[in-house]
Amino acid sequence: MTTIRIPTPLRPYTNSQAEIAVSGDTVGAVLGDLTRQHPALRQHLYGESGELRAFVNVFLNDEDVRHIRGAETPVKDTDRLMIVPSIAGG
Amino acid sequence: MLTITQVALGAIRAHGEAAYPNEGVGLLLGTADGEGKTAVAALPLPNTWAPDEQANRYQVTGADMLRGEQEAARLGLDVLGFFHSHPDHPAEPSRWDHEWATWPWYSYVITTVARGRATVTRSWQLREDRSAFDEERVQLP
Repeated sequence: MTTIRIPTPLRPYTNSQAEIAVSGDTVGAVLGDLTRQHPALRQHLYGESGELRAFVNVFLNDEDVRHIRGAETPVKDTDRLMIVPSIAGG
Repeated sequence: MLTITQVALGAIRAHGEAAYPNEGVGLLLGTADGEGKTAVAALPLPNTWAPDEQANRYQVTGADMLRGEQEAARLGLDVLGFFHSHPDHPAEPSRWDHEWATWPWYSYVITTVARGRATVTRSWQLREDRSAFDEERVQLP
């Protein structure tokens, strides 16, 4: 199964697990499986419109999936995804 | 509560002064134990906002954040939060800090840099319902 690494602030919503095994053929599908396994993550990853929050980046083997095919990016069982925030402010 | 070691605080303040009159930014690295966090290192990152607006804005790309996360992992540390400077402004979250806040739990450490000298350092955390920042208790060296 594909592995997703969870950033520290979201681990309270994954029973303290840092890495979660997820199933699915695309980035969108594995993120769907992640939030099915841990529904409390949903509000932290997705905004009210149902889109990934703008600051949430998903990296597939160190490449930003927005630069590949976004949610349609294919994933394999051996792939490793990381959820990383980008930050901004004033 | 957040404890900031002398080394980490020194790096945060030095980076704020070096970036002045612009905002400097970076990652706060350390260990977390229950509710308590100890920041042992500060990792400056590039402020990629438009150069002519960096006096009151900052932005760090996802790619730079990924490198920071990987550096933390290499050191066996967690990313506890972020630090940034407010040149000639109070060490309190601005409207933009709130608007673009990420997740609760992270420490948002803000340092006032007044006329080029780092003065006040405070830390803030986003509420669970994202409605506001609350000040986090900080133990400084």
